[in-house]
Amino acid sequence: MEAVHEHDHDHRPSGIMRWITTTNHKDIGTLYLCFSFLMFFFAGSLALGVRAELFQPGLQFMQPEFFNQLTTMHGLIMVFGAIMPAFVGFANWQVPLMIGAPDMALPRMNNWSFWLLPVAAILLVASFFMPGGAVSGGWTMYPPLYMQSGISGDMTILAVHILGISSIMGAINIIVTIMNMRAPGMTYMKMPLFVWTWFITAYLLVVAMPVLAGVVTMLLTDRHFDTNFFNAAGGGDPVMFQHLFWFFGHPEVYIMILPAFGIVSTIIPTFARKPLFGYSSMVYATASIAFLSFIVWAHHMYTVGMPTAAQLFFMYATMLIAVPTGVKIFNWLATMWQGSMTFETPMLFSIGFVALFTIGGFTGVVLAIVPVDIQLQDTYYVVAHFHYVLVSGSLFAIFAGAYYWLPKWTGHMYDETLGKWHFWLSVIGFNITFFPQHFLGLAGMPRRIPDYALQFAEFNMISSVGGFMFGITQLLFLYIVIKCVRGGKPAGNSPWEGADTLEWTVPSPAPYHTFATPPVVK
Amino acid sequence: MMSNMIKKIGGGLALAMYSMLAQAEYALNFPKPESVIAGQIFDLHTITMWIIVGIAVVVFGAMFYTILMHRKSVGYKAANFHHSTMVEIIWTTIPIIILVAMAFPATKTVLAMKDGSNPDMTVKITGYQWKWEYDYQQDGVKFMSVLSTPRDQIENKAPKGVNYLLEVDNPMVVPVGKKVRILLTANDVIHAWWVPAFGVKQDAIPGFIRDSWFKADTVGIYRGQCAELCGKDHGFMPIVVEVKSQADYDTWIADQKAKTAATAQDAGKVYELAELKAMGEKVYAANCAGCHQAKGEGMAPVFPALDGSKIVNGPKPALFDIVMNGKAGTSMPAFSKQLSDTDIAAASTYVRNAWSNKTGDVTQSSDIKALRK
Repeated sequence: MEAVHEHDHDHRPSGIMRWITTTNHKDIGTLYLCFSFLMFFFAGSLALGVRAELFQPGLQFMQPEFFNQLTTMHGLIMVFGAIMPAFVGFANWQVPLMIGAPDMALPRMNNWSFWLLPVAAILLVASFFMPGGAVSGGWTMYPPLYMQSGISGDMTILAVHILGISSIMGAINIIVTIMNMRAPGMTYMKMPLFVWTWFITAYLLVVAMPVLAGVVTMLLTDRHFDTNFFNAAGGGDPVMFQHLFWFFGHPEVYIMILPAFGIVSTIIPTFARKPLFGYSSMVYATASIAFLSFIVWAHHMYTVGMPTAAQLFFMYATMLIAVPTGVKIFNWLATMWQGSMTFETPMLFSIGFVALFTIGGFTGVVLAIVPVDIQLQDTYYVVAHFHYVLVSGSLFAIFAGAYYWLPKWTGHMYDETLGKWHFWLSVIGFNITFFPQHFLGLAGMPRRIPDYALQFAEFNMISSVGGFMFGITQLLFLYIVIKCVRGGKPAGNSPWEGADTLEWTVPSPAPYHTFATPPVVK
Repeated sequence: MMSNMIKKIGGGLALAMYSMLAQAEYALNFPKPESVIAGQIFDLHTITMWIIVGIAVVVFGAMFYTILMHRKSVGYKAANFHHSTMVEIIWTTIPIIILVAMAFPATKTVLAMKDGSNPDMTVKITGYQWKWEYDYQQDGVKFMSVLSTPRDQIENKAPKGVNYLLEVDNPMVVPVGKKVRILLTANDVIHAWWVPAFGVKQDAIPGFIRDSWFKADTVGIYRGQCAELCGKDHGFMPIVVEVKSQADYDTWIADQKAKTAATAQDAGKVYELAELKAMGEKVYAANCAGCHQAKGEGMAPVFPALDGSKIVNGPKPALFDIVMNGKAGTSMPAFSKQLSDTDIAAASTYVRNAWSNKTGDVTQSSDIKALRK
């Protein structure tokens, strides 16, 4: 055994130091995934607190200020602590394997980008225990309300800075890796779509994150150094914050969904046993979405009172996004069409993704229309919309990817029966939670309220029941993952009949070092 | 603790089942539109939904078909096609055509909504944490509008009324069929004034004035809520608009003018301690108790207790400074902009003589007036 290791140059410290000092893309990928899993459960339990309070009208379990902390921190931690790091984890594990590279291009920076995350997470979680509790002005941190936060306001800004630095470094690493380390013969237009989507996502990160860093810095100097960027009394403008925030915030939405597109575009052809339909149009659609994401930001702010021309421009630009998004959905359908499909858990989650993300896309078109959006802005309709794209979109793709690649990562097959249970309970729980929220929004229930008028009681109760069902189901996923890590049917090089990307050419679990000699791609 | 929780949940479930049977509402759409704009929005949404349903039938139909038919378990052999420029062009073009068709009526409504010209009257609305102020500037009438649902209902100590959380002490009143222009601003943080039946939602932004308008079709009472997260009581600052016939509106505005005049006359009046305390208790309940609580115990650590507070019981100027000018970096607002001299004097007298606070002194409105200079 020792000899084999020598041969693989498999030197690494043991115990905790292996993980702290690691520069191995697989170790770092694992760290990212474990971290995001932990944050997912933390932020998820905050959401269950929200749903518990909203189970019926009246204040039952908490005071409004704590409720606001829950909604705010649920959003912040899910976005920055769970979804984004999960995708970076996938990138770390899969990008080098899929392009035939031995590791990421900048392994030490890779280590640092991960180890910044726990620092930010500690700041965010600790802010709950500060005087006044965590920040409660919404994950969007709008001033002037944000100015009323206590010390947790500063801790959150610092955490966002750290998370931003981590994301930018991660993104640079991915760009550099993809540009320089592809195996001979792997031209750009031969890259697996997951690699393509991450390539484009990384550019979004590099452009958008500095804007967020800038805007929260302005918030910080407004709080402590007497600047007045967002204070009208000093010549500033609170709406300017929203413009800058959403200039980051809308690309951020696509940062959280493009890698999901990539995962699904990898999985569906595998289980349809048929190549991805319209590969090049998928690449172009991804690029168009990325471009459009920078010119639609003000559709988050139709009610601030913009000039007519601006409202119309942002409406048309937003509606336009439906075109490349539609192309993607049609391409996935065409990939399934006349395939020879089987429905293992990764495929189930991918199909669930396509179906439910489409619903999120539909409500996106409804919300693009300015007059309709003005009625729906800041209501539960919006909450339903973005959970359809972020939970049944991003999160389902993460589940799909996890089931798809767990055999490669652990060397064992996961428990297929339990996986299917996880899928069905998640899909049902998710829809019970979020579908009724469309109706709540239409009927006029504002979001971010701890208590509501009686006409909203029935759907809120249904939504809460679904929320707990969905939340508790995720413990099953935890169990499935642990079980898979500890043992199971050996996976072999490729457990999936229709898989044809490079990671399936190496043994499972993937050896510590892979592709020391680059494969040749024809 | 646990048994209490179980009782709460059990009781809640029973109550909920009952309410589901008795008065289940399950509203599935926008509320009935009560203005031309709200009607247009309603129609836009309906058209969009039908288009979406059409697309959904096609997309999900194809999806279910392929899932049912093209599976390995029924022995289907995979085809190998993977590209068709023609198909890609078709499914890029068709959505564009549909979107253009949708954009037309939407654009027309946007233009109509933005046309605030030739209003019949104008009301300035100011958002405060957590209440609305309506200022009929042409008539010199101005009042605060605060949630009137009793605290006991919110804390589940009393049965909830029909208009739970959607009722206020002083509603906004407008005449029917008149174009009402609203000028919106805020005093502290961003709020949003929203009445779904009129199709109006506009952010109220501190330091800026935004305008919007509505024209109510029928006499009645219409309810809405603040739509922009504005701090702890965001869920507790509803909007109520009472639409009256022109004659009733004229009577109402005349009454309001008379009231304003009467208050102005009383402005310099000197009151006894007991009178001021009684008046102050009401002012306190409406403006202060939300944070500092009914018995002055506050909510540590964010909202300090007033009962036994050094500032409240100490020299008056320090107390006046905080009440009048607010406290930076907290949600304590500057009440000099919100309340009359008499109200501030009454509230100050009250807090200095309520609960265990016993300074025994009074503050007259003239004391407050002097500070405004």
